[in-house]
Amino acid sequence: MEKKTLVIGVIGADVHAVGNQILYHAFTDAGFNVINLGVMVSQEEFINAAIETNADAILVSSLYGQGELDCRGLREKCDEAGLEGILLYVGGNIVIGKQPFDEVEKRFLAMGFDRAFPPGTPPEVDIEDLRKDLHIEE
Amino acid sequence: MKPVLLIDFGSTYTKVTAVDVDAPRLLGTANSYTTVQTDIMNGLADALSKLEKKTGRLDFCERYACSSAAGGLRMLASGLVPELTAEAAKTASLGAGAKVLKTYAFKLTEDDAEEIRAINPDIFLLVGGTDGGNSETIVYNAKILKEIGGDFPVILAGNRNAARECERILSGREVHICENVMPKFGVLNIEPAQREIREVFLNRIVRAKGLTQASELIKGIMMPTPSAVMDAMKLLAEGTQSQKGLGDLVAVDVGGATTDIYSVAEGLPDDPRTSLRGLPEPYIKRTVEGDIGMRYSIRGIIDAAGLERVAQTAGLTPERLSEIVDMFAENTDMLPYDDETLRADEALASWAVRVAVTRHAGRLEEIFGLGGLKLVQTGKNLVNVDKFIVTGGSLIHTEHTRDIASYGFYDEEEPGSLKPKQCDVLVDRSYIIAAMGLLSKNYPDAALTILKEELKTETR
Repeated sequence: MEKKTLVIGVIGADVHAVGNQILYHAFTDAGFNVINLGVMVSQEEFINAAIETNADAILVSSLYGQGELDCRGLREKCDEAGLEGILLYVGGNIVIGKQPFDEVEKRFLAMGFDRAFPPGTPPEVDIEDLRKDLHIEE
Repeated sequence: MKPVLLIDFGSTYTKVTAVDVDAPRLLGTANSYTTVQTDIMNGLADALSKLEKKTGRLDFCERYACSSAAGGLRMLASGLVPELTAEAAKTASLGAGAKVLKTYAFKLTEDDAEEIRAINPDIFLLVGGTDGGNSETIVYNAKILKEIGGDFPVILAGNRNAARECERILSGREVHICENVMPKFGVLNIEPAQREIREVFLNRIVRAKGLTQASELIKGIMMPTPSAVMDAMKLLAEGTQSQKGLGDLVAVDVGGATTDIYSVAEGLPDDPRTSLRGLPEPYIKRTVEGDIGMRYSIRGIIDAAGLERVAQTAGLTPERLSEIVDMFAENTDMLPYDDETLRADEALASWAVRVAVTRHAGRLEEIFGLGGLKLVQTGKNLVNVDKFIVTGGSLIHTEHTRDIASYGFYDEEEPGSLKPKQCDVLVDRSYIIAAMGLLSKNYPDAALTILKEELKTETR
């Protein structure tokens, strides 16, 4: 089966590089074709990369608490750019302070993300969900 | 003595340069006004007789030519995302010495199709998608090109998974398949497409532009003139096996219709912690500003720089400058004839240099985040380049070349623009750069020696 393509990166003015690098290796080892945009990635860069590479999913990381601001409007921009229905994940420390994650998750799902992951989620969880959502059979 | 002749067939002038590759030295240059395509051989004969009046009779062992006649190598390009494959297609075409009339992104529209039909380019460069990435757009665009008709060749340099399908769609048309300009996301691979463009230029365009007659006389290497200029700049920067080059450089050619900027430099950040944004930059880069030129595009200089500012530089009132600009725009072969028109001409040239070099150079942004100050660079860092080469009529026929050129330098008031800081200005007074690019193919050492000799340094 053809490899599924993922676009990953850390959104906004966020420079936390380590987690993103771990995800890159974990997803690559799990058999995905991973386009790693690194840190400080704008919404437009995620979208442009997904268009050129015909990506199956965009996975946004945010570690510095500004994720909610940075992610707002990403789904709408994807629709605008012809990426209707592309799988959108978000994860990390995506909001400021300690808030119950189910409320946070609700807000991000309402913004158009297909899944939101709490701090400390091991990559295996994302991989399993990706396989489910992209209908990959092992 | 071993005389070699170098010819530049231009749109308005045929220019000849004679060198002795044994010495090596410049023997002389001459040019002749050529009005129409069919005149090309007359123009050459005329230029040669003018040359031999100066040098005496010469028995040339070899003759080489480049050409920008009949509008130059007219190209159109299309890609997918404007900042990605469309930009890569444009960079590739400009770097191959083409005149890029337009670059399209995403799917071609009916209006685009009409425009392409009307332009009827010499070559169409069709790209889009990384390898294994998007193929829908390039395939769609191939179908549009199929319907357009005409017989212009298409170079396919997009998603390799779509190449054969596009070729089939375009069957009946001359199609050249080469490697993707962006095989992986963020990786620029423009050399294969550039080689293909030059190949098509040699085999096909030279014939179509009425240069066949000339090519029988000439030993060969016909290339687009900007390509020859790039070769010369590369040679001057890098040197040869036996001679050192000058190192990183920037070259400026302010013409009547366009302003071309060349840079030979890696252009990496000074501070290794700076993050790089955007497409990787080619080591040798050419950009062309189609709206910046001293006659046909003179109003573009005013639009970009502002009438007030240019008038201030010239020491004229805005009203007077405006009159002179109108006069030059209508009389494209007019030269400055008095103090006011000369001041206007030099001020316009200064701002043409400023605008074009600013657009060519990269930018550095400072971003304050939770982690403190972060530096982000887009484009090439040319701050450390210390050689600034100047060519083009408005700049080589004045005594103020250094002052004009300095408008292309780093400006404290605009610290984010990564233009050269401390430069020697080297002036192409005898207008030989393209000729030396041609000569460098077979005589790199002679070409470099002559370049070093003939480019006159204006001291700091």
